[in-house]
Amino acid sequence: MHSLVFIKQVPDAAQVRVDYNTGTLIREGVPAIINPYDTHAIEAAVQMKDKFGGIVSVLSMGPPMAEDALRKALSMGADKAYLLCDKVFAGSDTWATSYALWAGAQKIIQENGPVDIFWAGKQAIDGDTAQTGPGLATRLDIPLVTCAIKIVELNLEKSYIVVQRLIEGGFETLQVSIPCMITVEKELNTLRFSPLPDLIRAARSKIHLLNSSNVDIDPTKCGLKYSPTKVKRVFVPSKRERGEILDVNENNIASVLFEKLEPVLRKMNKL
Amino acid sequence: MKRTDFDVIIVGAGPAGLAAGYVLAKEGISVAIIERGIFPGSKNVMGGIFYRSSLDDLIPDFYKEAPIERHIVEQKFWFLSEDSMFSTGLRSERFNIEPYNCFSIFRAKFDKWFAKKVADASAMIINETVVKDLILEGEKVSGVRTDRPNGDLYSDVVIVADGVNSFLAKSLGLGKEIRTNDVAIAVKEVIELPDKVINDRFGVSNSSEGVTIEITGPYFNNMRAMGFIYTNRNSLSIGIGAVIEDLVRLKINPNDLLEILKKHPAIKPLVSGGEAKEYMAHMIPEGGYYAMPRLYSDGVMVVGDAAMLVNSIHREGANLAIESGKLAAKTYIEARKKGDFSKKTLSSYQKRLEESFVLKDLKTYKNLPKLLEEKRYLISKYPKFIIDSMYEIYNVDKVPKSEKIRLIMNRAKKEIGYFNILKDIFNIWRSFR
Amino acid sequence: MRVSNIGEYKDVWVFIEHDCGKIEHVSLELLTKGCQLAKDIGCKVCAFSVGENVEGFSEKLAEYGAEKFYFIESPVLKEYRTEPYRDSLLYLIEKYKPEIILIGATTLGRDIAATLATKLNTGLTADTTALDIDFESETKNLLMTRPTFGGNLMAVIYCPDNRPQMSTVRPGVFQAIKNPVNIEKIREEFELSEDKIPKKILEKVKTDSDKVNLGFYDVIVAGGRGIEKKENIKLLVDLANILGGTWAVSRKVVQMGWAPYSRQVGQTGQTVHPKIYIAAGISGAIQHIAGMKSSEIIVAINKDPQAPIFDIATYGIIGDAVKILPRLTQYFGERLKAGGSNEKD
Repeated sequence: MHSLVFIKQVPDAAQVRVDYNTGTLIREGVPAIINPYDTHAIEAAVQMKDKFGGIVSVLSMGPPMAEDALRKALSMGADKAYLLCDKVFAGSDTWATSYALWAGAQKIIQENGPVDIFWAGKQAIDGDTAQTGPGLATRLDIPLVTCAIKIVELNLEKSYIVVQRLIEGGFETLQVSIPCMITVEKELNTLRFSPLPDLIRAARSKIHLLNSSNVDIDPTKCGLKYSPTKVKRVFVPSKRERGEILDVNENNIASVLFEKLEPVLRKMNKL
Repeated sequence: MKRTDFDVIIVGAGPAGLAAGYVLAKEGISVAIIERGIFPGSKNVMGGIFYRSSLDDLIPDFYKEAPIERHIVEQKFWFLSEDSMFSTGLRSERFNIEPYNCFSIFRAKFDKWFAKKVADASAMIINETVVKDLILEGEKVSGVRTDRPNGDLYSDVVIVADGVNSFLAKSLGLGKEIRTNDVAIAVKEVIELPDKVINDRFGVSNSSEGVTIEITGPYFNNMRAMGFIYTNRNSLSIGIGAVIEDLVRLKINPNDLLEILKKHPAIKPLVSGGEAKEYMAHMIPEGGYYAMPRLYSDGVMVVGDAAMLVNSIHREGANLAIESGKLAAKTYIEARKKGDFSKKTLSSYQKRLEESFVLKDLKTYKNLPKLLEEKRYLISKYPKFIIDSMYEIYNVDKVPKSEKIRLIMNRAKKEIGYFNILKDIFNIWRSFR
Repeated sequence: MRVSNIGEYKDVWVFIEHDCGKIEHVSLELLTKGCQLAKDIGCKVCAFSVGENVEGFSEKLAEYGAEKFYFIESPVLKEYRTEPYRDSLLYLIEKYKPEIILIGATTLGRDIAATLATKLNTGLTADTTALDIDFESETKNLLMTRPTFGGNLMAVIYCPDNRPQMSTVRPGVFQAIKNPVNIEKIREEFELSEDKIPKKILEKVKTDSDKVNLGFYDVIVAGGRGIEKKENIKLLVDLANILGGTWAVSRKVVQMGWAPYSRQVGQTGQTVHPKIYIAAGISGAIQHIAGMKSSEIIVAINKDPQAPIFDIATYGIIGDAVKILPRLTQYFGERLKAGGSNEKD
């Protein structure tokens, strides 16, 4: 079988800091990592490969340094890694990104054969939109399963997969025809600690570069200019000022706090 | 047929490991460097002064493209007492002309850059992997065992470059148990300040010129402690290291020591208004020549901090590490021609080190650690005396100068004792012989 | 590049999400916001939805200001599935051309919104926290503000050249306020065949019996790891009852299995902004703070004086939440009259 995983290299949002003076993000020194949700997508695809054979292709749209993320994917067991890197994509919103990735995917299908399952992380931790996966499913014209938490069964002969996904207040189990697009939650699996030979193989592997010279791309469907959503401005949310630590002892905690809250509680008609 | 996955395996992608890897890779030798951090530099800490001469022959003019902070034009040495600071040092325009003497750097940035150069030279760097053990065939080291599944790798030679707490060297019986007198813990803070403020406070004319200050003295209570302040482009690295034995004895933790340093009246104005952006700690080898482990055995050589190659009084460590890495690499290249990686052949590594400034300098200072261990008062009594005497001289009151000299001499006699001064001079001279 | 017929797109549409015959509260919240936007633009606010039986919703929708209700009914649409929902909703949108579409950022909403936006070749902004009209723009563009980088940076997004402008909004960001109007029902027919749908729902399991809308309450007592064990959830409940509010938890507590997901506040849970938020034994990780930082008054109780929660707390108490909560419950209980108004409208 052939799985195609879409991944993104992102700054580690947990380490990103804000410069309140300039109103911008401080990216320097913030390490770039594979989007954590995507690592679970890679793991899921490789687990399928372990069971059913075949290959796992990985595609990322990004700047040259995204190669590190692709190598990490290879070290986790992926077979072929592709970097879609072209100036024409700069500034793409999710609509344009899903187009670019769709175009790249066509090339990979040409080279490695039809894809059975497309995988991606539920959302990227920098943008947090969760839109690219569904967008890709739409362009590929395949059924979509988001927030997957368990793969119950894959039946290649009858061309279906049974997936459990998270819904508010519970989960549902879906039987979906293949090919399909699955976006994953972290709960789906535990990342493997790759064997050393995989790391060595990944370090030696070639990352295939895709751009407008070897992929069919319509430049009027990507990049800043052709992205339907545009950023009007960014700003740093005003820092909520630190309040006061109440000077209390064993005995007066409740009364001191009550005194502080009394005016508000009165206004709320609770007194 | 003996299995070899690589010609040389290097444990640790710090300066020593990377330097060795670079030299070997450039010779077309297959080398793997195994690093436990996410990327080379992620686990490395250094006060921050890097000497150009160590890397210049490997990568000429590296400083033009490497991520460096400022080139150093002035180096100062301060003695601190509770209320005073005695300073000495040198600023020279000779340090301000290319190719420059040394630079302030950040290890995470610098090592990452250096590692890329090494990888470009075709060395394989494998991250997020820990070498747990050396693999032995009889007495000979023939590879490493890592923490990953199928994690054994074999080679002709292993170069151990895994840093100050190297247990690999110990496991081979090469190293001794590290005494608390042989290691220091250093903590460091990076304090952000606009470059122009730094320029003003340190009296340099532009943001590429830097200043270093090394600090010791009676302020630190008879501890063998050395503080430092280095200027980076938009921040200051301020830190302090103390020999573990002293920290334990006086029940002080190094972070408290750093706070004490920052509070000193001579230091406070330098760091005021800045925000501490990063905090790190690391161990530093302090034992010098006598604390060194054996540096080689069958199929193995030890380099860098793992070999305790640090000349702390001169603040030199990374350059010794790089030099040792280079020499280990050269030793391998020579041994490879003979096809012999035995103890006997690899002993030329030690010889090379002895002929280089590395062991020559360590030998020069070999008795210093012991001297300081036994006579800790050397870094408190004498600096205190100097400070008090200088105060006497600078303080213009109606006391005649000859009287002042008499007072100073009296203080020398009372606080230290003429005979003791002579004894100390004799001991210091002897320790350098 | 601008869509040539941009002038043809009119009205603010709000997607009505529903489950088991009940309208999701977020849809009512968006209707209220939709009314305000429609007033600013000078157009109508309409509800739209698909399902097996949705016509009956019109009464409730009218209460919250919907002037029109576009809908499609079919047994194939009984349970939510991406593909049939997409096709039927697309039919309505392409026929009537709304200029703005608002969808609740629930699991369902996030699933369907990007699918629709891609098909419509238009822009979608996810998880917006503020919606305004740019009066300076000729086409009265919608300005959509959203958090990025885990909430560290806010971005104001707009979609000048494409229509409809689409946005998903998390529950609890806006309030639902009654605004009764007359509603016009517009039923459309759309052919759907079950065997053409590549997805079957094998089972649907609800693990929570109470799906509570935390955004409904003006006092929330929330617990984190610091409450130490499942039994101590009771301490949160007791204090919440005295204050006429409700209880909630951080993600860690849900992960430990001490409380259901419906009680989770945070980036991956609900966003709340009550008048009083009491954070007991919560350290204040960025992801949790993102869900409650716009609460009016935050009271933090934590053993660790360095806990980041104190950086945003109005009042901080350094101490053991497990010991302090019962004391507060007792004292406050004595001082407050029983009951009292508790629900926000």
